[in-house]
Amino acid sequence: MIEQLLFYTFAILTCGGAVAVVATQNVVRMAFWLVVSLGSVAALFFLLHADFLGAAQLLIYVGGTVVLLVFGVMLTASGPYTTIKTSPAEGIIGGAVGLMLLMVLVSSIGSVDWGAISGRLPASPESPFTADSIREAHAEESLVNAGSTKAKTDLAAVQQQGRTVRQLGLSFLGLRPDRNLKEGGANGLAPGYFLPFEIVSVHLLVVLIGAAYLARAKRRAVSEDRVSLD
Amino acid sequence: MGEVGLNAYLMVGAVLFVCGVVCMATKRNGIGVLMGVELVLNGANVNFVAFSRYTSLGLDGQTVALFVIVLAAAEAAVALAIALNFYNNHLTIDVDRGNELQG
Amino acid sequence: MHGLFAALTLEDFIARTISSLTKIPADSDTLLLTAFLAAAFTHAGLLLGLFGGLPVFYIWLERKVAGRIQDRLGPTRVGGGFGWLQTIADGIKLIQKEDLVPKEADALVFRMAPYLATIASFAAFMVLPISDGWIAVAAECGAFLILALMSLEVLGIILAGYSSGSKWALFGAMREAAQMVSYEIPMAICALIPLMIAGSLNFQVIGRMQSGGFWNWFILHDPFTFLAFFCYFTTATASVKRAPFDLAEAESELVAGFHTEYSGFRWSIFFLAEYSSMFAVSAVAAILFLGGWHDGLGIDSVLDSMFRGTGTGIIEGFSLGSYVANVFGAVVLITKACLLVFVQIWVRWTLPRLRIDQVMTTCLKYLVPISCFLFLAAVLWPLTLVTMFSRPVIAGPALGERALSHQTTTSIDASERLGAAR
Repeated sequence: MIEQLLFYTFAILTCGGAVAVVATQNVVRMAFWLVVSLGSVAALFFLLHADFLGAAQLLIYVGGTVVLLVFGVMLTASGPYTTIKTSPAEGIIGGAVGLMLLMVLVSSIGSVDWGAISGRLPASPESPFTADSIREAHAEESLVNAGSTKAKTDLAAVQQQGRTVRQLGLSFLGLRPDRNLKEGGANGLAPGYFLPFEIVSVHLLVVLIGAAYLARAKRRAVSEDRVSLD
Repeated sequence: MGEVGLNAYLMVGAVLFVCGVVCMATKRNGIGVLMGVELVLNGANVNFVAFSRYTSLGLDGQTVALFVIVLAAAEAAVALAIALNFYNNHLTIDVDRGNELQG
Repeated sequence: MHGLFAALTLEDFIARTISSLTKIPADSDTLLLTAFLAAAFTHAGLLLGLFGGLPVFYIWLERKVAGRIQDRLGPTRVGGGFGWLQTIADGIKLIQKEDLVPKEADALVFRMAPYLATIASFAAFMVLPISDGWIAVAAECGAFLILALMSLEVLGIILAGYSSGSKWALFGAMREAAQMVSYEIPMAICALIPLMIAGSLNFQVIGRMQSGGFWNWFILHDPFTFLAFFCYFTTATASVKRAPFDLAEAESELVAGFHTEYSGFRWSIFFLAEYSSMFAVSAVAAILFLGGWHDGLGIDSVLDSMFRGTGTGIIEGFSLGSYVANVFGAVVLITKACLLVFVQIWVRWTLPRLRIDQVMTTCLKYLVPISCFLFLAAVLWPLTLVTMFSRPVIAGPALGERALSHQTTTSIDASERLGAAR
């Protein structure tokens, strides 16, 4: 009931914000609606029990990327409130194609029986989490409500509460306690995400250098003329 | 109101994706195109996290979504640098004006 | 707030109380919804009280401190000899003012931007623990979340400056954006140091690890956390745009910076957001480095052992003793945060404002390398100790042992819970 109410609120905000981004011509207003949309996506992540991801969405997307985009708007605006209008014909065609695409997506989502398909996946990690983690999960939880003192000690329960920080961190270190324990270590270790994590780290460094190189202040032709006049 | 399930989240993801694609296709402002890309990536992210919650994939979906968020930030930084260069060369951010290579 | 009254979430508490009073089954849908809404409104009301009440005090304090530093009295007329009601009087004056939107402004964004800044600042209070267990949203990644939420305030400010249609506002917003985005980096790295020592992003855990004497506080954990506290406090001061880093609203250069065009209510909630953020960063500093809700002299442990868990039985799960202990913790934490805010005010009226290039140089050339160095050193410190003395700390029990030996402070016994869990 509560979850539904929250879901519908944030789903409407997300979709409404996204539509407003498309419909608006003014770039700064687009940025504003983008903030609304992305912020609501973060709220949806919280509803999906992905706390860390929601926080990352807020920090990186809303607080970082959108700020960067607004910077871009300011640095590239030739006048106040620049609007580069889309021609109406393009808008109509784009909207029509978009609607058709949406219909295709919606019909295909509706026609698939997700329950049956996910049944074919490898069984969900239901093995007990390590004893330490259980104790920690319970010690960290200052107040355990009556429901969770029962048998909710397995990994699924930890995930249910959105406490995925430690598991995400471990999986980035190449450890998958959920998978490895279940298979008893005999079938080899389930791969974590150590290599992708390292690649992304190096990638970020490359991007940092590359962006700084691309955006460095170049002398314009005008200023060179001025130098030569001197 | 029915129970919120996987389908509801996938619908939200689909709307975000379509809005992003239309935004990329119709906007002539370079920054607007970038915003479209962000919307597309977010639509994908909603799907990843929804699958991670409602199917037995466990954490994999969240991990991938986290990678997407981080790489999207990197993409935005580089794209913005490119947009600034474009502006320096053309004195506008209208992507339709970048047509020198058409011959 | 988790455990505001009892060792349960407030939602559970309300649900149980209602069901015991009215004989409605405790799992009925309407009852759960009512309990959820009641709990949500209680939390929001309490936090709003804090969010609105503290700035009123801080603005008065700012005027008084400024007055004393400049060898004058500050406000003396409204509300007795100390001018207690000065802020209220100011507030009433501000609300009466006309709500102007300049002709050049982008009206929608101009109207919405102050709310964006205020919401971001208010949302940070959601994950801020006021005392042991008194936290509206007990997220496991609370520390990460609060950094994220506080970083959103800059968006409201940029949009406000840009949509004003005034060059002063635009200059102010550009400076502000550059400054806040840059200072977030050293701030996050400095905040990471105690988080890494605690091995948790949960404020509750971090607070509990610093229980006992003040030598258990993270600021005294090793020499690098000691330096990291000052580094954090400097960057926090800059990130809430206080002097000497208040370039965005440099009165002598930019009229008033990003809020040049604002008036009345919208202008005043910008100030509300600023002063609340000052409290938020100070409270985070107090929790991460200065022992949180522990007073460090042992008074709270005495209170804890005397009262915690006593006085139960009025309502299920309610413990008067725990409540008293928590109130004491809240007073301690708010006092620490207020002292840090006082330091911020003191610095503002003592140091001259930096130039914008000096502000950026300070951040990018000094604070970022310093914080990176401190982080690395704090990582290597326990390793060095282990190598040399084969123990991770110089004196006393190691951090992990301490955290485990410290009883959780709820009235439900921790060992009992663990037994049930197994």
